Amino acid sequence: MFKGILKEQTIQVGIGFVFIVVLLGTFILPEWMSNNFMYGLSRGLAVLGLMILWRTNLVSFGHALYYGFGAYAVAMAQKYLGVTDVFLRIIIAIAAAGLLGFVLGFILRRYREIFFAMLSLAFSMVLYGLLAKAEFLGSTDGMSISPSTMFGFELGRFGLFYFIGFVVILSLIFAHAYLRSSLGHLTTAIMDNEIRVEYLGYSVEKAIHIKYVISACLAGGAGGLMAAALGQVDPDSMVLWSVSGELVFVTIMAGLGNILAPFVGAIFFEFIRTYAYEFAPQAWQMIIGGTLLAIIFFLPGGLWSLFQKINPFKKEKK
Amino acid sequence: MQFLITVLLDGLIYASYLFIVSLGLTITFGVMKILNVAHGGFFAWGAYLASISIIYLGNNEYNSFLYYFAIFLSAIIVGLFFGYIIERFILRKMYNEDIHLIVLATFGLFWILEDLILHVFGVDPLMPYYPAMELGGIELGGIFQGVYSLTLAGLAIIVAFICWYFLKKTKYGKVLQSVIFDREVSVSMGINVTKVYLITFIIGGMLGALGGAYIAPTISVSPGFAIDVVVMSFAVVVIGGMGSVPGALIGSLIVGLVRAFAVHQAPILELFIIYAIMAIVLIIKPEGLFAPPKPRKI
Repeated sequence: MFKGILKEQTIQVGIGFVFIVVLLGTFILPEWMSNNFMYGLSRGLAVLGLMILWRTNLVSFGHALYYGFGAYAVAMAQKYLGVTDVFLRIIIAIAAAGLLGFVLGFILRRYREIFFAMLSLAFSMVLYGLLAKAEFLGSTDGMSISPSTMFGFELGRFGLFYFIGFVVILSLIFAHAYLRSSLGHLTTAIMDNEIRVEYLGYSVEKAIHIKYVISACLAGGAGGLMAAALGQVDPDSMVLWSVSGELVFVTIMAGLGNILAPFVGAIFFEFIRTYAYEFAPQAWQMIIGGTLLAIIFFLPGGLWSLFQKINPFKKEKK
Repeated sequence: MQFLITVLLDGLIYASYLFIVSLGLTITFGVMKILNVAHGGFFAWGAYLASISIIYLGNNEYNSFLYYFAIFLSAIIVGLFFGYIIERFILRKMYNEDIHLIVLATFGLFWILEDLILHVFGVDPLMPYYPAMELGGIELGGIFQGVYSLTLAGLAIIVAFICWYFLKKTKYGKVLQSVIFDREVSVSMGINVTKVYLITFIIGGMLGALGGAYIAPTISVSPGFAIDVVVMSFAVVVIGGMGSVPGALIGSLIVGLVRAFAVHQAPILELFIIYAIMAIVLIIKPEGLFAPPKPRKI
């Protein structure tokens, strides 16, 4: 599955991109700007998960469920088990979200189109309802996360940034390996015609289930990283339906063309939000909403389609 | 007993208000097959416009008629203005797009409408309580209840009746039903579907705004208060069946009563239980409890 994957252009460009972002963020840029890069990379994971789903034309309007679940898993592990190790944190976040995705996947894999979107929304709001009202889970104030450690030493902001970069590279490799495997190639086939896929001897439901779990794991990992980076988890900025909407928005803004697009899109989104908030604190939602409409109308392929036009790596057609 | 009456009253009042809002949502979905997240924007705008006009009229007992006039006028203005702009210039260009893109576009519009409120009305909460204060309260089975809230139930019944009459008894209602049933066939029969869409969207928006405008005197209207209502009315519409008018009625009754019960008995479950019902309905009967039967097309 992973054979020769490091020789693929997508992965090489991806690793280069992450290196540049991490180096820029840790050595050159001021802190507020590098924060955008850090949050962008982390949330990009969740967007990557959504993009993988979207390629089968399944759009989850409740992916904040896994995003928030991963984040809260980290908070819970710290509160009850005292886990602050960054490796353990990300593993817990991914495992928790993956497990939840596996269980809910049995139900969701039968749904398509608007029903899929609605059911995912319902599940995410169930979690929100619990988190926002339960006192021992911090209710609307959420919980604070102590700084991450690695092998007992405090990681610091730079260390965390490197770690996020490392996780992103691993996920890029994994996602690419999945998408180029025969299971991943089923993606487009299922979108075109499910019945024919069944006739070819593949189980559509199983393929979608696997895809869904992968997507949940990625979103959970994003939540775990975000919790560590922000030092805070709360339901309104992690599980509410508008967070899911934001993630879907970033997916469409980034474009579905490439596994690197989600990270570019997520970083771009963080910058729009910061700048809009900085220069027009009363109008930042309007700017984001306007950007969304503009992208839908004028750039249906997302930011990545812009990139493709000037792609220096594009192979010449013979 | 007293507990039961409290739950019933609270539940019914909440249900009536949810019904008015979700009726707009379900009509839009039934006819145009779009899930309108911007519905929350209509709701908030209706509430704000009504509040500002009531506060402008001031606390004056000769104004009681004018208050209600202002409430309905605000709903009509908001529905007409934003409904026309949004349908005519944005949604109309998108009907051939993927359904998810349309939802996203309305989501963007919701953000824009929310922010416009901050610019037009400011960030301070408004409390247009005069109409509610003027009607006072009565005692029902030992429970003190504001009369204004009770009129909400009356309004919901009137709205439901008008809607039923319009759909079942008038020519335009039949036209609407044929568009719901099959868009292409309706076009070929000479129905101006573009116009039907525009009018439907405006009426849906008006209902959303009416819900906001009528509830405004009983709450404090502050920025961002519509965000819960959107998804709550989504739950109602999904439970009852997307596009079904009786479904919206039953859905809002279920959500209203269950929520009232949870608020009084187990506040921790208030939100959880509503969305759990939504999820269970989707799992058992994805089209909703009262969805209109799907025509089989060959």
